Amino acid sequence: MIPNASPLIELAGVHKSYNLGMPNEAEVLHGVSFAIGRGEFVALIGPSGSGKSTLLNVVGLLERLTAGSYRIQGEETSGLDDAGLTLRRRAVLGFVFQFHHLLPAFSALENVTLPALMREGRVTPAQHERARAMLAAVGLENDMNKRPGELSGGMQQRVAIARALVLEPPLVLADEPTGNLDRASSDEVFVLMRRMHAELHTSFLVVTHDPRLAARCDRVIELVDGSIESDRSASAARA
Amino acid sequence: MLNWLGFERRVAVRFLREGRMQTVLIIVGVAAGVAVVAYISALITGLQRNTLEKTLGAQAHVTVSALDDVVLPARPPVAGSTALVQTQPRVQRPRSIANWQSLVPVLEAMPAVAAVSPMVSGAGLAQRGEASKSIALMGVDLDRYDRIVRLRSKVVQGEARLGPGEGIIGRELAEDLGVRVGDRISLVTGTITDSLRVTALVDLGVRELNRRTVIVPLRAAQSLVGLPGGATGLDLALVDVWVAQRLASDLSQRFPYKIESWQEANSQLVSALNAQSVSTALIRGVVMVVVVLGIASVLVVSVVQKQREIGILRAIGATRGQMLRVFLLQGAIVGALGSTLGVLLAVGLIKAFTTFVRGSDGLPLFAITLAPSLALTVAGIATVCGVLAAVAPARRAAALDPAQAIRM
Repeated sequence: MIPNASPLIELAGVHKSYNLGMPNEAEVLHGVSFAIGRGEFVALIGPSGSGKSTLLNVVGLLERLTAGSYRIQGEETSGLDDAGLTLRRRAVLGFVFQFHHLLPAFSALENVTLPALMREGRVTPAQHERARAMLAAVGLENDMNKRPGELSGGMQQRVAIARALVLEPPLVLADEPTGNLDRASSDEVFVLMRRMHAELHTSFLVVTHDPRLAARCDRVIELVDGSIESDRSASAARA
Repeated sequence: MLNWLGFERRVAVRFLREGRMQTVLIIVGVAAGVAVVAYISALITGLQRNTLEKTLGAQAHVTVSALDDVVLPARPPVAGSTALVQTQPRVQRPRSIANWQSLVPVLEAMPAVAAVSPMVSGAGLAQRGEASKSIALMGVDLDRYDRIVRLRSKVVQGEARLGPGEGIIGRELAEDLGVRVGDRISLVTGTITDSLRVTALVDLGVRELNRRTVIVPLRAAQSLVGLPGGATGLDLALVDVWVAQRLASDLSQRFPYKIESWQEANSQLVSALNAQSVSTALIRGVVMVVVVLGIASVLVVSVVQKQREIGILRAIGATRGQMLRVFLLQGAIVGALGSTLGVLLAVGLIKAFTTFVRGSDGLPLFAITLAPSLALTVAGIATVCGVLAAVAPARRAAALDPAQAIRM
């Protein structure tokens, strides 16, 4: 495990089970522990069914852990209620999903301003400018007013990245962000994420099946059958 | 304050705009419901007002008269003996109200009472030449009586005037006797005969009343009926006709007179009006339930259709409360838009009714108007119903597990 002086997130002995107390109870994560520091770009890899998405949901505060400890910026999250989890999610995390998950009724620009609208009930001119700048940064300056249905898969994913980064959260969680794209678009999106990481110093935790992309991350965590099989730097993984 | 529900408003409006046909259909549904409720309410209100005006236009709201003559009960039989008792009800003769002159100012001082008019009434015959008709004789003070039944507005010929030797008669009675304004007729009551000059013909709104009514000065009627200085009744007009029953009960407890409200005198009419009101309330209730179910069903479908969007919003930081408010707001918007459209539709229906539905005389059957207070009440209730209808779908949306929703 890579040591972190002041970890952004820290999981210790995290267990996650479904259907607790029922005959079909199943434990998906078995005592997972790791930490991510500020500015890290981490890949989470593993075979299908290894628990990657569940782990990402736990890290993203979308699902509660069954046992163990999960701290965000030093604060324990396991005792928080739904409102508390939502507010931490809003303040600390950005999401990029495999299927883009943009709101079809809103334009690209409106999708990017949604987090600000949600937080303050309005979008200030400065926030509007920031959203425009983010869309320009991901190469969509001419498509800001298009609805998601009018954009290609790669373009939609770029909108999703802009939305995840617009409020400059400390950590972006990306679940197979290139899984639904062709190779060219996939490379394009990954390069974009690396560029944004370099520019904004945002930490990334990227779930991917693609070993090529994992190799281009700073650190690779491999999950097998709900346990961490390895956690090493990408260069060590390549070796 | 501008930020209030900014996110919820934006998302609610977009969701409604996205499901365009669904939204239009439910707004039209709400509008139809509101239009039916507003139109029926206005129609029944107009109908009842018209019926009441016609009924109460020719009679007092409360009448005060002397107590009926009754036979005193026989003395109870002595123990051990049997008494065979047979009593005959008393004949009711015209009797004056005791101290009516003192009672009038007491009644006039009451806030609920708008006017008081003493009256002497009796039966008799009106004769002219060989024609002889039975009549209902009424002796009144014209100015006071006018405030009870607006007699002057009912004059169809001549000028309402009740000087000594003058009288006003019903239009049909004039036809039966073959008299015109200015002609003289004779009045016979028991052994007393008098004559009067007809100053005006009136239409009291009821043919049978027009055929029998003869109105003379109070003093003339007192002599004809044989009650010098007396009054057989006091007619009261009230500020609010609906307090008549309560006022009559109060007065009955305070004074030893026979006091009757218009509701007691027209019990069948009151029953009919009550039945109408209950039926209208039932119809309104059923329509509102249908409106609520319509809005709820559309929003439930909307929640199911938008599970993924709800999941995305929750994942990127929308609280349960925000999602709840998004759907409650949708219910309110649908209710408010439907209400506005429904009120306009009701105004159109009322206009069509007054334009196309007319009586045999070519005039509208009766006046219907949609009072702004009624329109606002119906619209307000429909909007509240919209919000209530959205509660269940909104709770469902708020309870959605974001992780599960975005996997769909």
